[in-house]
Amino acid sequence: MARIAGVDLPREKRVEIGLTYIFGIGRPTSNRILSETGVSPDTRVRDLSDSEVARLRQFIERSLRVEGALRTEVAMNIKRLMDIGSYRGIRHRRGLPVRGQRTHTNARTKKGPRRAIAGKKKVTKK
Amino acid sequence: MSRSIKKGPFVQLALLGKVQAMNGRNEKRVVKTWSRASTILPEFVGHTFAVHNGNKFVPVYVTENMVGHKLGEFAPTRLFRGHSGKLVADKKAKAE
Repeated sequence: MARIAGVDLPREKRVEIGLTYIFGIGRPTSNRILSETGVSPDTRVRDLSDSEVARLRQFIERSLRVEGALRTEVAMNIKRLMDIGSYRGIRHRRGLPVRGQRTHTNARTKKGPRRAIAGKKKVTKK
Repeated sequence: MSRSIKKGPFVQLALLGKVQAMNGRNEKRVVKTWSRASTILPEFVGHTFAVHNGNKFVPVYVTENMVGHKLGEFAPTRLFRGHSGKLVADKKAKAE
């Protein structure tokens, strides 16, 4: 079982894909790791030798910020924006889109499920 | 796309001049400005700017964390008073 950075990698997939189960590693990073450690991207995770797993683990620990550390960094960046009272920070605080998207309609990802507005008349179809 | 590094950060020249003069004389005064697009430089830290929001001047005290942002980011141009609806209608009725 290959466990890297506190995450179990799926055994049946190719390493190239398997590594992307780690937060902070996508396809480009995954490919870079594999070429720099000299592991073939086509090997299945279950077929990795112990030394290959060790090489991958060492490379990731040394040169990448993944999982918990990365999550903290992102959270800190957002917190900084909120603390200095910038426009982006205020949008984060209010749970609205930060990058100038429209909010008249849509923006449901950020705003969450629709909330009923008290006293609003419902339009009913005849 | 971000601004070319070759050009350096944009700051209104008049504003930069005023701040430098103030730093030279070691004084702190509120600087009124309309230049919301000016980048906050390390020299600005500790000063207070009155940044125009289209209606009035909003006081912005610059801290170290704000360096690299623009002055306008700290002076919101929109005022959201809440949506209409039952709650608002009730309040209005009470006031009358």
